[in-house]
Amino acid sequence: MIPEHIPTILNLKSDFPILNQHHQTGNLLTYLDSAASSQMPNIVIEAMSDYHRRYHANVHRGIHQLSELATEAYELARKKVKGFINAKSKREVIFTKGTTEGINLVVHAWGRANLGQGDVVLVSQMEHHSNIVPYQILAQEKGFTIRFIPITPMGEIDLLAYQQLLADNPVKLVAVTHCSNVLGTINPIAEMARLAHKYGAIIVVDGAQSTPHMSVDVQALDVDFFAFSGHKMCAPTGVGVLYGKQALLEAMPSFLGGGSMINEVTWDGFTPAELPAKFEAGTPNIAQAIGLGYAIDYLQAIGMDNIHQHVQTITTYALEGLRQIPSIRIYGDSPSRGGLIAFTLSNIHAHDLSQALDFEGIAVRSGHHCAQPLHRLLGVNATTRASFYLYTTKADIDRLVVALGKVVQFFKG
Amino acid sequence: MDAMYRENILDHGMNPRNKGIIEPATLDLEMRNPLCGDRLHLTLRVNDENVITALGWDGEGCAISQAAASMLGERILGMTVEDVKHITKEDIFEMLGIPLSANRVKCALLGLKVLHVGLYGLEFWQSEDEE
Repeated sequence: MIPEHIPTILNLKSDFPILNQHHQTGNLLTYLDSAASSQMPNIVIEAMSDYHRRYHANVHRGIHQLSELATEAYELARKKVKGFINAKSKREVIFTKGTTEGINLVVHAWGRANLGQGDVVLVSQMEHHSNIVPYQILAQEKGFTIRFIPITPMGEIDLLAYQQLLADNPVKLVAVTHCSNVLGTINPIAEMARLAHKYGAIIVVDGAQSTPHMSVDVQALDVDFFAFSGHKMCAPTGVGVLYGKQALLEAMPSFLGGGSMINEVTWDGFTPAELPAKFEAGTPNIAQAIGLGYAIDYLQAIGMDNIHQHVQTITTYALEGLRQIPSIRIYGDSPSRGGLIAFTLSNIHAHDLSQALDFEGIAVRSGHHCAQPLHRLLGVNATTRASFYLYTTKADIDRLVVALGKVVQFFKG
Repeated sequence: MDAMYRENILDHGMNPRNKGIIEPATLDLEMRNPLCGDRLHLTLRVNDENVITALGWDGEGCAISQAAASMLGERILGMTVEDVKHITKEDIFEMLGIPLSANRVKCALLGLKVLHVGLYGLEFWQSEDEE
């Protein structure tokens, strides 16, 4: 019988110039660090180059042709983002430097106005530092309490404990990642948002690892804020997006002050601009935003469902291969898993491991992946993480598994 | 240059119609275009049949924004509040009859924005704006 859904396997390496370089081993580079930063296809590189060569100018200001072209391209990118995440309005799409800036914007604008003594912020135990530290900074000033939502031994959010925390505490905000950058777990955000709202809290979601890999519908998820980065989804560094519900963004005080974000300025004060300009002070990263727009075109042309399916197939294949290595420990065991695997090999430090893999032409990441509290919970200092994307092939995985076998033999020596 | 600064634009831009605030007014609203600092203060009076019977406006801005406000004012005098709802951005572009680049569209639409926001609220204007 033919299965209803035939798994899609993509072959896209030729679109990515950087992946067509030969390593000193003679092999093509095996890039397994896309969860840190993905690579850019030609179409994105060329779109940015075109801006730099043909219409580099500031946006929203000049009454001259270059500025007009730049403004149109920048705003077209916003429109593409709006469609990509299904925001209700372009006003809900704020361009930022990245996920970190997006979360900091929420904390310092919404948080400063709404969090104080006696309030509780819930943060999950699997968060990246960027979804912990901004709250810790503001808590020092405002005196609210941060409590952590525990995770289960499988590496999933403990939903019963979460609900109990909501019931027992005056929770105003829930901070959670859509997909863990260490465990790979994809969290049930729609359900968590429903519970947060039931108890009168807002939910702020770190979408850095999910947005590149699956279709995200902010209205269906019913999240209040959702932040993600361009550079993990085929776009360059320096651009990201903060989505926020319009009513919340309108009620929030300003964050960064400066050009673009004002309606009127006098010696006595200012009135803020309308959304989204209200939260885009200063000259934005124009080329990068344009690049993000083209990255979205590229991802949509392939299809987010196809990308998700491909990465799922690759991840399953990698898990099977890695589990054959006797001394390996893999972190996170949720069936709902994104395209990354963090692991340790007994007696080999993660840094030595990634160094050895680099000699083989394989790029992985080692360390605590900006999630020190989680690593402490897991009882390890550092892990090695292999992460996959739409251009990763089964051949890349085979090379990783063979190389790991060699490394194990070497360090036994 | 000639294509943009046509005679009608220069005429309305230099000699705007209905300039000056009226009192008392049914609608009195001032808005700005923060990108270039244009300001438009619109006042108008509506009778019991919802017909716009008097109108005056004040403001500063480029020839495009002034001309657009002047032409719009002439057009809506005598119209009902309900009819004004159906004036679109395209109508303004047509009235001006000139090609407008993205950065100038906001200049041209400031008058309509004040009018629509004043009569129907910000949400009505914004829903128009969404493609």
